[in-house]
Amino acid sequence: MRTAFIKELIEEAKSNKSIFLIVADLGFSVVEPFAEQFPDRFLNVGIAEQNMAGIASGLAMEGYNVYIYSIGNFPTLRCMEQIRYDICYHNVNVKIIAVGGGYAYASLGASHHATEEIGMLRTIPNITVCAPGDPEEMRAITRFTSSYHGPCYIRIGKAGEPEVHKKNNKSVPDIKSGEILNVKSGGNVAVFSSGAMLDYSANFISNNNINASLYSFPFIKPIDKNQLVDIIQKYNKIITIEEHQLNGGFGSAILELINDLKESNTLTSYPEIKRVGINNSFYSTAGTQEYLRQLAGIELKLDFFEM
Amino acid sequence: MQTSADFAREIRKTTLNMVFNAKASHIGGAFSMADILSVLYNDILKIDPLQPENETRDRFLLSKGHACTSLYATLGLKGFFDIKELDTYATDGSKYLSHTSHYISGVEISAGSLGHALPVACGLAIASQKKQKTWKTYCLLSDGELNEGSNWESILLAPQLKLKNLILIIDYNKIQSFGFVKDVIDIEPLSKKFEAFNWETYEIDGHNHEELLKTFKACDNQNQKPKVIICNTIKGKGVSFMENKLLWHYKSPSQEEYNQALEELNY
Repeated sequence: MRTAFIKELIEEAKSNKSIFLIVADLGFSVVEPFAEQFPDRFLNVGIAEQNMAGIASGLAMEGYNVYIYSIGNFPTLRCMEQIRYDICYHNVNVKIIAVGGGYAYASLGASHHATEEIGMLRTIPNITVCAPGDPEEMRAITRFTSSYHGPCYIRIGKAGEPEVHKKNNKSVPDIKSGEILNVKSGGNVAVFSSGAMLDYSANFISNNNINASLYSFPFIKPIDKNQLVDIIQKYNKIITIEEHQLNGGFGSAILELINDLKESNTLTSYPEIKRVGINNSFYSTAGTQEYLRQLAGIELKLDFFEM
Repeated sequence: MQTSADFAREIRKTTLNMVFNAKASHIGGAFSMADILSVLYNDILKIDPLQPENETRDRFLLSKGHACTSLYATLGLKGFFDIKELDTYATDGSKYLSHTSHYISGVEISAGSLGHALPVACGLAIASQKKQKTWKTYCLLSDGELNEGSNWESILLAPQLKLKNLILIIDYNKIQSFGFVKDVIDIEPLSKKFEAFNWETYEIDGHNHEELLKTFKACDNQNQKPKVIICNTIKGKGVSFMENKLLWHYKSPSQEEYNQALEELNY
């Protein structure tokens, strides 16, 4: 996904002269092609994320569309107050890119597990929060953020994620703010997948021959309410899945939205909802991303699909 | 034309009225930087109150946002907005809240949490450099604020990027929230620190208008280094009983104290 991001950003930067990329000394073997093609719009500020976020805000005030890039918790939690105050309060055009969302850097330990940032960021006014599910979504989100004016957060995986939409004979053309993407249709149960859980979810449904639907939510904030209502009305049960703490994350966003839609009578029925994610815990164990997901309980089970 | 000394007196009087009427805090730090603001806005900054967002303007960023009263006073007196608006300072529904707000004409950024403005100022200075503009970015910090690590991230980077049009001003009034700076975290030797970090460094009397003017003008040079002006100041400067007292970081003047302060400022 990170390669998809940088390639698409380079394409956008050819015509969009306002695009500026800042890294905090990370992105080795990823960002170099951008730096080579646009040396005047690239900056490595060193290992200093608070400074990176503040500088991005200043550059954005002068008309740039600034992308800041680092690993997981560094361009997010490390400089959360700069994001809230310098970027979101001033409502400037800064795009925060975190690679290695969730347990992508599993064996590197809790410092590199980005499993809380969505819950924190989505409470902040003015920011759009994105977690694309595959490289095609990543490319669409990059194009979206190139022309969108305002703060955005984009959580991306690492490298080598499969093209899930393509595998399912779908494509993702240009994406609209809050748009929900259908991947599979069928049955009375729908899986709502956030970020890089998409491939796992698609495989679980096909490998087990389950008659169920699958939707990808590249946007966690905002989520298109009209589209959500149309989707929810088709199902008796919703399963949300995310590589994030359960409290405050994507599943929480869905619960809150459904509750509000029900309260305003926009939604007449209340579906059963099963949330899959991390149960507010740290995991200090070596292992692959798949191993840690399993350990943390981020798995679908056959009985979730029974009514 | 009004001298910067007269202007400074007006800034302090307007500030005193705002703080007294609103029963607000932070008059000590607002007074310590009043002479710096006076010289900057009277003689140095290329700004136009009628075109506050003109692209060619110099940018002034106040990092010690809690001392906003003297900046608001400066801007109001210079005609960025109707000075009468300051009568609403810190009252229900007023946009003049007790930290700088970018919703006010002439205020570049909001500030309140310390250690935020210098990184943003670096961003502005980088933009000016990349676009080959001549406007300058001025950023005024407090001394206690240098405790914040974020400032040192910027202090390391600015010389690396040769941000020659970045001018950092330290209002070194020697007092922070809990007491004297030297007792909380001693920042001395401050000039030597900046010199070691490759900044063009000046240390002056922050209440001496001639020195301020001369130093600001000296910063307009072709040296590629960013500039820092360490201004030795007195917290509460201008009112005898407020000077060098921690109390006036917090206290609002009583009627009697207000009368005496006004008398001293009118003298």
